[in-house]
Formats: sequence, C-alpha cells, structure tokens
Amino acid sequence: MGMWFLDNVWILPALMGLSFLSILLFGKRFPRKGHEIGIFFVAIAFVLSLFTAGSWISRVNDDGHHAAFADVPAHCSGVAAHHEAAAAGGEHAAAADDGHGAATRPVVNCATWFDSGQGSVTIGTMVDGQSVMMLVVVTLISLLVHIFSTDYVHGDRRYTHYFAFLSLFTASMLFFVLAENTLQMIVGWELVGVCSFALIGHWWEEKPNSDAALKAFLTNRVGDVGLLIGMIILYFAADRSFSVLDINVLAASGEIGRGLLLAASLCLIAAVMSKSGQFILHTWLPDAMAGPTPVSALIHAATMVVAGIYMVARLYPVFFEGLSISGSSINALAVVGAVTALFGALLAFVQSDIKKVLAYSTVSQLGFMVTSLGMGAWTAAMFHLFTHAFFKACLFLGAGSLSHAANHSFDMVNDMGGLKKVMPITYRTYVIATLALAGIFPFAGFWSKDEILAGSGAFPGTEGANGTYTLMLVMLLLGAFCTAAYMTRTIWYAFEGEYRGKGHPHESGPRITVPLVILAVFAVIAGVFNLPWDVPVIGAHAFQTYVEPIGAYFPSLSHAEFHPVLAVVSLVVALAGIGAAYLYYWKGALAPLQGLAERNRLAAWGKNVLVNKYYFDWLYTTVITGFIKGPLARAANWTNQHIIDGIVNGVGRGAATTGRWVYDNVDQTVVDGAVNTSGVTASAAGGVLRVLQSGRVQQYAALFFAAVAVLTGVFVVVIG
Amino acid sequence: MLLNQFLLLSAILFSIGVYGVIVRRNGVLVLMSIELILNAVNINFVAFSTYWGPSGQVFALFAIAIAAAEVGVGLAIVLLIYRNRRSINVDELDELKG
Repeated sequence: MGMWFLDNVWILPALMGLSFLSILLFGKRFPRKGHEIGIFFVAIAFVLSLFTAGSWISRVNDDGHHAAFADVPAHCSGVAAHHEAAAAGGEHAAAADDGHGAATRPVVNCATWFDSGQGSVTIGTMVDGQSVMMLVVVTLISLLVHIFSTDYVHGDRRYTHYFAFLSLFTASMLFFVLAENTLQMIVGWELVGVCSFALIGHWWEEKPNSDAALKAFLTNRVGDVGLLIGMIILYFAADRSFSVLDINVLAASGEIGRGLLLAASLCLIAAVMSKSGQFILHTWLPDAMAGPTPVSALIHAATMVVAGIYMVARLYPVFFEGLSISGSSINALAVVGAVTALFGALLAFVQSDIKKVLAYSTVSQLGFMVTSLGMGAWTAAMFHLFTHAFFKACLFLGAGSLSHAANHSFDMVNDMGGLKKVMPITYRTYVIATLALAGIFPFAGFWSKDEILAGSGAFPGTEGANGTYTLMLVMLLLGAFCTAAYMTRTIWYAFEGEYRGKGHPHESGPRITVPLVILAVFAVIAGVFNLPWDVPVIGAHAFQTYVEPIGAYFPSLSHAEFHPVLAVVSLVVALAGIGAAYLYYWKGALAPLQGLAERNRLAAWGKNVLVNKYYFDWLYTTVITGFIKGPLARAANWTNQHIIDGIVNGVGRGAATTGRWVYDNVDQTVVDGAVNTSGVTASAAGGVLRVLQSGRVQQYAALFFAAVAVLTGVFVVVIG
Repeated sequence: MLLNQFLLLSAILFSIGVYGVIVRRNGVLVLMSIELILNAVNINFVAFSTYWGPSGQVFALFAIAIAAAEVGVGLAIVLLIYRNRRSINVDELDELKG
C-alpha cells in the first residue's frame, strides 16, 4: 500500500482537471450549479494527499538500505540511468549514498510525452517531502476556499464558471508541484498564471477589474522570459536533460560550472520576482485584489504566488551553488527578498483598503521566504510557507467576511469599524491570525519567523547557519516590527470604534465562519510541526525531517539551532510593533506623530512616496510605456526627418554646390548635365524611400516576397 | 515516386497564396491565402516524409494545429477591425504611413 500513493500521485491533478471539465460541461444542470462537483473532487484530493503524506512519512522512517535512486526509472533521468548501468556493471548500486549516509529517496514516475531527434521528452511526477507538503497545503486551502465561496459568491452571474476555474487553478498548482521535469514546471507555471488571470478578472464588466487581470498577466510575462531563458540554460547545462533530478544532482555535485548556474539563477530570480510579487515586479499583486476575495486567499496562501518560492526550493542546488549561498553574507536572492520584506511592509501602512493591506503583507512575507532561501535556510522558508498559508488564508477569508457584512466594501477606514461586537467569530479568528502573522509566541508564525531569523546566522550564537547575513537580519527584524504594527492598525479600523458604513452588519453564516475557525486553529497549532523540542507523537524538527531532502540531489545544508535570546528579541520586536500601534490608535498617545505628515515636510514626502507605491506604477506606465509610445516614436520620426531626409537632401545640396563650383570653374556645358543628374537622382532616392513607408501591409508583404525571391536566386547561384 | 508532382502542386498553391496575400483587399481572403501558403508547406512535409520517415507528417500535424491557432487570432483581429471601422479592406489600414 505504501508505494501505491507515491507512484500514482498523478491522480490528484487529474482529478481536479476532471472536476474542471465536468463543472464546465455539466455544472449548470446540477441542483447547486456545480459547486458540489468541485467540493466533492477537492475533498477526495485532500484525503488522497493525506494518504500520500502518510506514505511518504513511513518511507522516510523506513531505515532499510536502499540505493538512493532505486525508485527513479532509468528513462526518466539520465543520472538514474547512469547509476543503474554502474550497478549492472558490478559496482555496488549504493554509489549515490556515499558520503551521505541517510538519504531521502524521491519517487519518480514518467511516461514519454513525445520523441524528438534529441531524445524523448517525458511527463511525470516527482514526489518527495517538499511536494507532499505542498499537496496537503494546496488541497486543504482549496477545500476551505471552495466551501467559503459557496456563500460568498452566492448568486453570482458566473457562479458555475467561477467554480470551474477554482478547480482548474487547483489542478494547475498540483500539476506544478508534482512536475518531474522543468518543461512540465513551465507548463504548470503558465497554467497557474492563466487561471489567476481568469479569476482576478472574474467581474470583467468593470474596467478596473479587467485592467488588473491584464496587469497581473502582463507583469508575469516579463518574469516568464527569465524563466524560459533560465530553464533553457539549465537544459543545456545538465547535458540536455529537462529532468529536475538530473539538474539538481549535476548542480549539487559541481559538474555544472558556477558561471552557468549563476546566469541561470539570475534569470530564474526574475521569474520569482514577477510570480511571487518581489520588488520591483510586485505591482500586480495589490491590483489583483480586484478579484473575488476567496480567490485572493487561494492566490496568496497556496497557489499562484508560492509557485515562485516553490520553484526556487525545487531547484535549490542551482541557486545554492550559483549564488554561492554558503559562507557568504550577501547575494541577489537574499537582497531581493529582504528589500521586499521591509519595503512591502511599509507600503501596507498607507492603504485604506483592508485587502490591499493584506496584499502588501503577502508581498512582505514572501520577501521573508525568499530571503530565507537566499540565506540557505531552506527548511525555514518552506516552514514559513506552510504556516503562512494558514494564517494568510484566514486573514483574507476574514476580510471577505467583513466586507460581506459591510455592504461589499473593503474600505476599512470609511466603511467599517465597531464590528467586534456584531461579528465575534470573524473578530476572534482575525485576531488569532494577526497574532500568528505578527509572530507572537506561541502562534504558528512565531516559530517559522524565528527559524528564518536564526537562519541568517548573524545573531550571536546562531553560527550553525550557512552564512552570516547581518544586513538581512536587521531588515527582517524591521519588517517584523512593521508587520505587527500595520496588522494592529487593520484591527483598529475594522473592529474598534463606531460602525461607519451603511446598513446593519451581521455575522456571516456557517459556510463562512467554519473555514475561518479551521484556519484559525491551524494558525495556532501549525508551529508544533517543527518545534525544536521533542514533543510526543510528532517529535523534534518533524517538518525538517520529513520535508527537507537529503542526498545527492540537494546541497548538504547546516541548520541554525533554536536560540532563546533571538526568539525573545523577535518577540519583543513584534510586541513593540503591536504596542506602538496600540498606543497610537487606541490611546491617542504618541501625539507628536498624529498628523505629522501635515506639519513636517520630510514626513509628508515619505507618506507621499508610500501612497504612490514608490512610484513603480508611474515608472512602468508613464516612463517606460510612455517612452516607448512617445519619444521613441518621435525619435524614429526625427531620424526619418533629419537623418535620412538630411542625407538625401545633403547629397542633393552637396551635389548642387559641387555643380555650381564646377559650373563656375570648369566648362558649363559638360557639367550641367552631371549636376542635374545627381540632383534628380538624390531627390528620386528620397521619393523612393518615402514611397516605401506606405503603411500598407500588402505592399510590405510584396517587398518581402520579392526580397526572398531575389535572395533565393542569389543563394542558388552561389551555392549551386 | 511522384515527388515532383507534389512539389509542383505545392509550388502552385504557394504562388496562389502569395498572390492572394499581396493582391486581395478583403482581410478574410488574405487570411485564407495565408492558409494556402501554410498548406503548401504541409504538402512538402508530407511528400518528403515518404523518403525521410514519419517526422515530416508529425511536423505537418503541428503546422495544422498552429495554423488553426493563427487563424483564430487573425479572425479576431479582422473582427475587431470590422467593429471599429465597418470595413475589412486592408488598403484602408495605412495609419503607419510615413
């Protein structure tokens, strides 16, 4: 039974794909308009992923001596084929285990997708702790989002369509996390992008929504170029193999040069920047709030944005070797992440839309994960992804519940307030998730954030980490302070004071509150999965034991130990953030800060920068697009007018001058003709050049075909 | 075999297609002419595949699939042009005139 789930895990994305098709084709004929199909399939997928996780755990616990690549068929991976050949040649197959002792053994299965001249391209699944963890998170969050949506989008004009796309979204993400080769990863990556495009623009009749969807899609295209280039580099670097396993083994063993890996990882970082909302390509993420709230929860907790984090984690040897993460104190990945963590958090302070606060919070938390990966704290990053999924989904769904009560408005400054009394369940779950996000002991976020901070290796006593990233530690602590403060701010606006909106708010129904409660429970307890102490049943560092790969396809990481002083420091920083916000809003203290922006020019300038989101949107739409539309077109026109015409006219004028000089000096009769001829030629050339720019496509096509014909003729004559 | 007949057919189709692309004013007919060009290439692929194995036929299938996608995009463009200008005469679309 143990291997069955790991071998047949392809069923999961297939189920969700089937769910998508059946909802699309038959959903409207069902009594509940198709949502029962989606919930049925995603519940099955969740149960199956729990079984898969169980199988994986027993596989890791199984101490028997096995070759590391025993469950990797030779036709899926060049490295496995190599090992098999070595074993057949009489050498012992344990070669891959050498120097590693215990190794986690990924289970790979594949089928031939198509054959090409260079060999065959496969499609299949690669299961290890990391993908199993994602399976559980994705299906669980998706299930809760499905249930939440049945109430939240009730009566929507495209209700069936909405559920169909939720299924496809889940299917794409499952396909992506199980991808066995990089080609499949690209497909999954793009599928996730398409689904988020469709769901962000779900209410496309309103222009801002379809604009937001387009912006998300187009911004992601920018990063996708990096993804494609990076994957192509890796394909050739890994001796023409798309297999993730091959790439990882070759990168980890140093058989691929550092320069190639550096180039590939820089390209892939561009992809992460767009997908996971890292500076400077994060601008689409807050706009993506135009979509329905459950979709935002799904995007931010489990599917779209974590794809970038997952990709880095999956191809970690490439980044680890390429960016020389070990023993270093700064690298591109860590810098991108740390900048995002801090500056994203600052942006959250000036938003009045509660969903946008949460969106910037996601940007910032993803920055934490990217920094963590950049610092070599792989497990900390994945653990933070795991805990963040629960409390961020809880916060988003909570925001959805709030707007459900407050006349579908998300403006917490003007349309909410005083909801503590009328919405006790939403209030309590929201506060729990906020405490988890802020990193307050003993909630889930505390443990994962603390691991990231310890992973920087910069705090005295955490030398066990892979490097000493002092700058990152400082920026992350500042980010943690801001996180605690802006989340407290949202509680003040949404729940305290008097109700400022229209109508009479009321608590949402059970289909909204039950998912909230479940997620809040996880936001409290998810930390136990990686406690530094030995707890009953789960054990110490369970998450690390079962999720982190060990062996030839992964760099051998060292782990920073839990450090009580650092934990206290991070807790104090978070409490200080909450305290500052509490004093400011509840007590009206810190009076000098009240209205500072009106009095102090520097503060006003700072606020203005934040309100304008560091002018990135302005940079993209006005400067870059404007430059291409305006000046570049004008420059082309200017070149046409002055340089090309200038050359033509200059030739004519020069010829005329020469002619006059010759006329004056040499015999008139001989020269006249020459002058006229060159003048006429020059202006005729100008005329011909102008005729070429007719703007008629067919004329261009005719010229094109004529040129091809002439070139072919030349080719035939020269070669033949 | 009759390879040269096939090549001749494909050349004729290709030329008709090029003629259509250059001369026709109706946007839809221009698209249809592009289809002719693509199918001329397909004939070549299939004709040569009798000599060099089935990969030519595979390519032809790919080309057909891509042609379908291309026509989808092309017709969408023509439709939008028609909505905006009430005409699909490609001669009138000379806004890029220098």
